[in-house]
Amino acid sequence: MSNQIDLTDRAGIITGGARGIGYAVAERYIASGARVALWDSDAAALSAAQESLRGGDRLVTCLADVSSQPSIEAAFATTLAAFGKVDILVNNAGITGPNHKTWEYSAEDFRKVIDVDLTGVFIGCKVVVPHLVANGYGRIVNVASVAGKEGNPNAPAYSAAKAGVIGLTKSLGKELAKTGVLCNCITPAAAKTDIFRQMTDEHIGFMLSKIPMGRFVEVAEIAALVAWLSSDECSFTTGAVFDITGGRSTY
Amino acid sequence: MNKIDLHGRIAVVTGGARGIGRAITERFLESGAKVAIWDSDAARMQGTVGELAGDGHRDAVIGCNADITSEMSLRGALDTTLAKFGKVDILINNAGIGGPNVTTWEYPTEEFRRVVEVDLVGVFLGCKVVVPHMIANGYGRIVNVASVAGKEGNPNAPAYSAAKAGVIGLTKSLGKELAKTGVVCNCITPAVALTEILAQGSEEHKQYMLSKIPMGRFLEVGEIGALVAWLSSEDCSFTTGAVIDITGGRATY
Repeated sequence: MSNQIDLTDRAGIITGGARGIGYAVAERYIASGARVALWDSDAAALSAAQESLRGGDRLVTCLADVSSQPSIEAAFATTLAAFGKVDILVNNAGITGPNHKTWEYSAEDFRKVIDVDLTGVFIGCKVVVPHLVANGYGRIVNVASVAGKEGNPNAPAYSAAKAGVIGLTKSLGKELAKTGVLCNCITPAAAKTDIFRQMTDEHIGFMLSKIPMGRFVEVAEIAALVAWLSSDECSFTTGAVFDITGGRSTY
Repeated sequence: MNKIDLHGRIAVVTGGARGIGRAITERFLESGAKVAIWDSDAARMQGTVGELAGDGHRDAVIGCNADITSEMSLRGALDTTLAKFGKVDILINNAGIGGPNVTTWEYPTEEFRRVVEVDLVGVFLGCKVVVPHMIANGYGRIVNVASVAGKEGNPNAPAYSAAKAGVIGLTKSLGKELAKTGVVCNCITPAVALTEILAQGSEEHKQYMLSKIPMGRFLEVGEIGALVAWLSSEDCSFTTGAVIDITGGRATY
């Protein structure tokens, strides 16, 4: 990745930062001069990430569950104590839930996916936004999904939750328009990460077949876009939805 | 400020003599690209090229007198560009006119056709002429400058809104066609920026557009340059046929 994004002196939070897309964003942030707080619910993955990222004192990790407001508040307090301030929030943590037809989907699984993927994004914003507003500066990037635009068959909970993230992003972006805090979301097509383990091969094949570019997105490509959206130079786009679907999306 | 890497890249910027096109050209030059400005205002273009060359970009920027509504004129500009720089990696279809502000049913037909010809057909012709070269090279970045007017349809600007909506549609078609070629094509939908295009419309219309922007200010051309530079870089590798917003919170999709 050849662009040098300038995140010097910026401190960013990445939820679900221990693996996959979140980890790739963390790598790119560190290379861009930022300090990074990785929030994740998987202690082992967090510990491995801390070691492999080699961020030194520019990296802190917090064990946190995005669906728990007290957990997120505690992680935020830890992050502020470490860095003194936060400029960037990437709400990336998410689960897909199983693949079943809507009418055969268990209510319990449906609620779980909504709670992590939508309510968890809301909680992250709720806890961090007042601080960003008080500082007069912020960049929020919510990781939605093309599933939120299109509604993937056999993934009703994931599609609904991600559509919810898009809606939330638009509301919040407008609310923050005059505060110096910008909020956008991205809608990636499928990236080959551990999240694939939660899906059937059939569903994975379905997703690949929808992408005109004929391949999955690489996490580094997503990180490249997120880094730009987290920078000072993304200064007049807010409440917007950024596509990264290899030509799949039609709007 | 971000350092976008366009070293070794050659860009064509239509309408690059002023306004948004000039801001894009400047950012491209700062990012290490060489630029061919294609513009129909020869005098203005000469002035711009002279100023930019004087700013330390001698040999990195040329001007080609071109009318984007003429395929022949564009082919001539491409020939000149290739002769000078050897290849084209980036195409910014930016040249455009606003047309007057009149209600749809009162809009002069001649003006309607003129706006559509420059703002939509001109973009199509730019793509038609340059795309085969990019496909042959297996690499390209195209950014079409549409407008939020293309998403929303501004009252009293039916020709401009229709033409820009057309640019969005064209971008989506072309993006899909090029999906496996290494050539990526997207468009941007800016809200109103303070450039000379505003002189073509009314003060009332300008205030209408400003009132629609949650951020409560005009877009600066440098902000467009920043976004377009990223979209023109190698790092923009999995987004194509897409519509990129820059409206200060105005757009709702």
